Amino acid sequence: MLKVIKNRIEQGHRTSKYPKEPIDLYKRFRGMPKVEQNCPPELVQRCADACPQECIDVDSRQIDLGRCVFCGLCETLSEGQFVKFSTNFEMGTANRDDLFTHGDLPALAEHSKKHFKKLFGRSLQLRQISAAGCNACEADTNVLNTPFFDLQRFGIQFVASPRHADGIHVTGPISENMRQATITTWESVPAPKVVIASGACAISGGPFHGSPEIVGDLNKLIPVDLYIPGCPPHPLTTLHALLNYFK
Amino acid sequence: MESFLQIQNNERLARADIPHLPFFQFRNEMLAFAKDGAQVVQFFAYEEEGSMKMLAVMRTDKLYVAGCDAPEDDKFPALTAESEKFHMFEREIGEQYGLKAEGHPWLKMVRYHKNYTGKKDVFDNDYSQDIPGNYPYFTVDGETVHEVAVGPVHAGIIEPGHFRFQCCGERVFHLEIQLGYQHRGVEKLFESVPFKRLPIIAETIAGDTTIGHNLCQAQAIESLADLKVDEGASIVRTIALEMERIANHIGDLGALSLDVAFNPPAAYFGRIRGEYLNLSQILGGNRFGRGLVRPGGVTHIMGDEQRQLLSEKLAELTPEVEHVNDLIFSAPSVMARFDDTGTVPYENAEKIGLVGYAGRACGLSYDARVSFPTECYADLPANSNARTDGDVCSRATVRREEIMHSTAIINTLLEKKVDAASYIPPEVNLAPDSFVVSVNEAWRGEVSHCILTDGNGDILRYKVKDPSFHNWTGLALSLRDTGISDFPLCNKSFNLSYCGFDI
Ligand code: SF4
Ligand code: SF4
Repeated sequence: MLKVIKNRIEQGHRTSKYPKEPIDLYKRFRGMPKVEQNCPPELVQRCADACPQECIDVDSRQIDLGRCVFCGLCETLSEGQFVKFSTNFEMGTANRDDLFTHGDLPALAEHSKKHFKKLFGRSLQLRQISAAGCNACEADTNVLNTPFFDLQRFGIQFVASPRHADGIHVTGPISENMRQATITTWESVPAPKVVIASGACAISGGPFHGSPEIVGDLNKLIPVDLYIPGCPPHPLTTLHALLNYFK
Repeated sequence: MESFLQIQNNERLARADIPHLPFFQFRNEMLAFAKDGAQVVQFFAYEEEGSMKMLAVMRTDKLYVAGCDAPEDDKFPALTAESEKFHMFEREIGEQYGLKAEGHPWLKMVRYHKNYTGKKDVFDNDYSQDIPGNYPYFTVDGETVHEVAVGPVHAGIIEPGHFRFQCCGERVFHLEIQLGYQHRGVEKLFESVPFKRLPIIAETIAGDTTIGHNLCQAQAIESLADLKVDEGASIVRTIALEMERIANHIGDLGALSLDVAFNPPAAYFGRIRGEYLNLSQILGGNRFGRGLVRPGGVTHIMGDEQRQLLSEKLAELTPEVEHVNDLIFSAPSVMARFDDTGTVPYENAEKIGLVGYAGRACGLSYDARVSFPTECYADLPANSNARTDGDVCSRATVRREEIMHSTAIINTLLEKKVDAASYIPPEVNLAPDSFVVSVNEAWRGEVSHCILTDGNGDILRYKVKDPSFHNWTGLALSLRDTGISDFPLCNKSFNLSYCGFDI
């Protein structure tokens, strides 16, 4: 018992003040990219050719954040002249098209479907489906339940049964072997319900795009309401998206 | 093993130098070797110019390789009939290349996909049907026997898999674990996508083993393409691998505590695990080590600033970790549940070739960092384990010890103050007609990647093996004659990878 108390004192209170107070991530963190429009075309071409995810469009000079895995290669190659990553982790969108970007996303809170805020603003229960996710997406969703993020203080909870849920949160590129289970789980959630695609995989197939063993885009199976980019999305990216879209 | 060739970890060989044996000699030598205590690192089939071949890498305290032509009629007498060590490998060979191991006691699909050759399916599956296809689960008959089925979608934020228990009341007779739901076709992608995509896929084979898998790939490519890695980069790689180990062990020890309803350590370790992930973010900008390791080096230099941040944070966290561990391991209610639960005896562990902490907790001392050291490991002290009874408590204790050992390693390396060279993506040309096998001790155990190139230096066959490929069988065995309510505890004590297994 004494040890429990001693540890309790040592651990103290660790819950972050975000979103009331901003939070700074270490400068190496790769969040929202800033895409330089005046960079020489050869350099843009070089980055586009080298990009492992083939998600840089040379003509529009946009990056598809739904496919980008934030590997940082374009920043290294262009020495920041074409792409520079900021530590801004706030990157959720309500439309797939908005993820093709120069680094300026529309404010998520204004694009939320209004009735979702009314329905789920005070209480949101989600069923998580890992559909061939590599478990980094899953792990960084799970940490929202740790004391630092303490998701439940916002009335948001991950629940065990789809029957108790208001929506699904899907990670992974949806393997062919998870196609049916994903659909069945979604069908088991009572309407009205929301669908969240989290991570490059669920949005576009991510690192596995083009594999015949995956569906690769959740939107092909069920209509998606909220997109959270990243590989994996930082827990704060997910937290920001949930708070702005539903609150 | 007279005919097998002894090789080094990450040594590039001309494929012509690999002993090519008649099938039955290949088979007999492997069996004799396995009987003498050798384990299988790699055993797979591949196709070249229309003919089917097999290749195996075995280990004692050294690595050995040999190959053979697959038998003409696409069947062969199963090695598994004589040694359990080949069990999963032969199922995989059947699934991937349509070669049937006849007399295999449990010839069931592994991941449920069409084979790569267009040959008749070994399991008579029709792949328009949903997984698990045409194959029964192992059942136990009897009036008092009942069956419990769990998954694929589980009750938490966790990957999918199916578990089928045969129980008498609360007691489990047998657990069968059916995976495959996470299959993404990783090996085929490696063989077909542009080279620039390789590290991105390697990092995502199993997210919690980002560094482990990516390191294997980077080393294999460095060997095939003659790339040198500077000392500073090696230090960063070693630190990153140990950081990955610490974060996972801490998270799991917290979860184990939660599974026996002792909540405070779970809350503390849940947060502290995040602190270690944030240290990885200081190293390379990502909590899981994504984008850090690349063929030829590392993308981010660890300079004085990062070294200082890491040392200071480690100095702050280490006593906290010790205290929380002490809290867990001195609570009688925890120990009562950990002790003698989910035991895998040494003999069984050896038979199925358990690796990593799961193996070490059973007394199999194998640690790839010691046997086949890469990066900085040859110069670093090895760990030893005090408790090796094969139960949940042993697995938890080994992991507690490994946290402290890894912390010591990182502190030693931080002292070295050697900066990595700055990263310039190198020109990569793989040597033609070559072979390399790479082995690293990731946090769960031995990860191995094997690459064969063709005459043009393109990848002919890319084989991935996650430690979970061995260890899932260990979890199934640990449940024998155990209460079904101890499943979460046993499961967490192994914490195996679904996607690493399913690739
Ligand atoms: S950070 Fe994104 S856009 Fe840049 S190279 Fe990597 S995947 Fe491509
Ligand atoms: S998006 Fe990235 S982190 Fe998430 S499941 Fe896919 S590969 Fe893993």
